[in-house]
Amino acid sequence: MPVRFIENRILLFLAELQKFAALAVKALRRIFSPPFYGREFFRQLDKIGVGSLFIVCLTGLFTGMVMALQALIQLRPFGATSYVGGMVAVTMIKELGPVLSSLMVAGRVGSAITAELGTMVVTEQIDAMRVEGTDVVKRLVASRLKAMLVAMPLLAIVTDTVAISGGYIIASGYHISPLMYWKSLPQFMRFQDLIEAVAKPTFFGFLIAMIACHVGLGVSGGSEGVGTAVKRTVVLASVFILISDFFITKIFIVFR
Amino acid sequence: MADGCGIRMERVCYSVGGRSILRDFDLYLDPGVNRTILGVSGVGKTTILKLLLGLLKPDSGRIIIEEEDIATLSEGGLALARKHISIVFQGGALFDSMTVGENVGYRMLEEGHLAEQEIDAIVREKLGFVGLEKAINLYPAELSGGMKKRVAIARALAADPEYIFFDEPTTGLDPIGVYNIQQLMLRLQGEGKTTLMVTHDMHTAFAVSDRFSFIHEAQLVFEGTKSELKESSIPAIREFFAPGKESLFRYVESEESA
Repeated sequence: MPVRFIENRILLFLAELQKFAALAVKALRRIFSPPFYGREFFRQLDKIGVGSLFIVCLTGLFTGMVMALQALIQLRPFGATSYVGGMVAVTMIKELGPVLSSLMVAGRVGSAITAELGTMVVTEQIDAMRVEGTDVVKRLVASRLKAMLVAMPLLAIVTDTVAISGGYIIASGYHISPLMYWKSLPQFMRFQDLIEAVAKPTFFGFLIAMIACHVGLGVSGGSEGVGTAVKRTVVLASVFILISDFFITKIFIVFR
Repeated sequence: MADGCGIRMERVCYSVGGRSILRDFDLYLDPGVNRTILGVSGVGKTTILKLLLGLLKPDSGRIIIEEEDIATLSEGGLALARKHISIVFQGGALFDSMTVGENVGYRMLEEGHLAEQEIDAIVREKLGFVGLEKAINLYPAELSGGMKKRVAIARALAADPEYIFFDEPTTGLDPIGVYNIQQLMLRLQGEGKTTLMVTHDMHTAFAVSDRFSFIHEAQLVFEGTKSELKESSIPAIREFFAPGKESLFRYVESEESA
């Protein structure tokens, strides 16, 4: 009995994975073919990008400040407080900036996408669109994916910038000169780190958009189903961001 | 009477999670012959409409629309077949983020073949048909249930289809709303549209339909006219028209087993 149960669960997981992959391939292909739904794209860009700006700035500011505080305490016994800027920058740009901003967007935007698409499913709006001859993947999924792929790296860059500035506010309180703080940044960074800083949030954006759309379009069971789907999106997106972060980091280390 | 070859379902089987919804199901919708599908809740009436629109794929059998088997078509091919048909969904299924005007002109805006002024003129004409021209700039959230259904009818009409499907068009409406929908359906039929409706509302069904189909336990058990339906000796139909205590118990049992 338990073997049968495990077998069923694995088969269900593989079927879900297959559906997810099929949707992702369809959406990626449709990004590059007309019609491009420009109005929908900019609407989504505004919702995802501009709408998330405040929360990622807040996340970046306080993470940068706490990073600087911790670094200053650790570096002081070694007389290496001048390296605080570099430490904050490298941690934020390579890891915390992309991951934290993506987690925030997964919670804020991923859930909203799932709720919107899920509601459209249960109120038969998706069926109505299909009857009216619309390619639902192109109109609803590709436009959101495209907006996410543009917005997510920009949001991560904003998070990094605000975090480094937040770190400077704390460092200046500990009599670290501006020159010392900003000069330590390039000492810790390589060009490859900047590529990592953009590649990671782009991939995380892909994950958030695709998970949110896949779960949203698969909603069943009315408003209760929408609630469950929203929760599922946030959990899945957050978990896959953290797991994929490890593997992307590993890949970048291998090609260093 | 409208031209065309009609719509046919031939020996269609459809199941969900091992539960048979339709078994060797046949249905004919001839141009100009308005039909209503009857049956108790959950019997698969809406499923029939979705199968006919290609929104669901049958397990087996053929669904022929104007001589083309849509059961084998891709989404692109289905879009062409769907040009013959429109549907008024149970809740209207209007797009929340668009105005009434954008909802009605949606297909034309998507296709992009017509100029904006032409689309606007058609939208106003269709909204005029359902008596809602003044609501053109309102959003669906600002409309009553009856108005939503009338906008949905206007949207269905905008595509100028030969067939219009109605999924429980009068559910949740007051008597005036029901009367308005009935009158609209009769006017549509007068303009040569063929209607297929699924409903529990027998008053509306008898007012707007020529022929009736009755589904019971995943199969078509009756096909005929209003008088034939009323005189039918099929137990499921007699129970449908005059439900008793026994049928209530059976309904509860079937709900529990489902």
